[in-house]
Amino acid sequence: MSDFDPKIIAFCCQYCAYNAADTAGSMRLQYSPDVEIVLIPCSGRFDVILALKAFESGADGVYVAGCLEGGCHFLDGNIRAKKRVAYLQKELKAIGLEPERLAMVNVSASQGPQFAQNVDDFTAVVKGLGPSPFKKKLAA
Amino acid sequence: MIICERKPIDEIKSFIAGKKKVLLVGCRGCVTVCNAGGTKEVEILAALLRLDAQKEGIELTVDEFTLERQCDPEYVDELAGLVEKGYDAILSMACSVGPQFLSRRYPKQDVYPSLNTCFIGGALAHGVWTEHCQACGNCIIHHYGGMCPVSRCSKSIMNGPCGGSSNGVCEISKDVECVWHLIASKYMDEGRLAEFAPIQPIKDWSKSRDGGPRKIVREELVK
Repeated sequence: MSDFDPKIIAFCCQYCAYNAADTAGSMRLQYSPDVEIVLIPCSGRFDVILALKAFESGADGVYVAGCLEGGCHFLDGNIRAKKRVAYLQKELKAIGLEPERLAMVNVSASQGPQFAQNVDDFTAVVKGLGPSPFKKKLAA
Repeated sequence: MIICERKPIDEIKSFIAGKKKVLLVGCRGCVTVCNAGGTKEVEILAALLRLDAQKEGIELTVDEFTLERQCDPEYVDELAGLVEKGYDAILSMACSVGPQFLSRRYPKQDVYPSLNTCFIGGALAHGVWTEHCQACGNCIIHHYGGMCPVSRCSKSIMNGPCGGSSNGVCEISKDVECVWHLIASKYMDEGRLAEFAPIQPIKDWSKSRDGGPRKIVREELVK
């Protein structure tokens, strides 16, 4: 495992992923401490600009965690989020960033272990990719 | 509205290669409605350009500003204070009228279009736009059940359908509906086929683009 501690931002839906994080906590599950969770009212609130601002602010990876497909509290917020993530992945690829640094995952409120696993899996992917190239210091 | 689409990021990057200070100007008109060049799209493109520069280790400042409209001089004037700061390039996120008005008002500035102006159309659904007008200058849709054969027929024929219409679809692509099929079906469904049957006369194209760039002057509005 590399020494690099990535900075990861997770936009979590309040109806599922955010509660799944609570569940994981109640279950005393260990997961990577490199993730900072941002509460959003629905994964459908996720907008590409949120991820871009996160990358601009030094995030090495960003993911959106929404309800299981078919289980969105607002019917299709997670499907919309999935499309936005796919759109931004293309844009990031176009400017030379690994699209794997941005991801969409689905988890229900009761899936604490799944949430912890998602965090660890995504952290491993980002660690494998190394620090974000956006962090390069400006040329003198 | 005028439907536009953002240019590929590589093309936009080629415009600002070697430049250090860029002003990205959006428009709150048509391009905001068609999600191509409003405040949000300006924010996204600016962030992408900044991130790209960061990745390459290039020093780049991208300032953002969105005008009410870029096709009216009084709004374009609002940029004067910003332009005075001195930019190496202005990227306009409006239809092609925008960058033309910007470069006319600020002749010393390099102005580049960030969007491709595609067509005059409407939104069939959120995120889906289709062409509905070619600005021929002499609207005749009332003869055709409220549908425009100029813009929506691949051949712009005035008396159709042609032999390329099959099951309501145009021969050029299965994604293009035959407007003549729609027109004929509408009259048939309404039992008004007799009204539709007469052969339409040759269209008067004198008000279209063939006479060169067009101009409208409304004397009562001119100061």
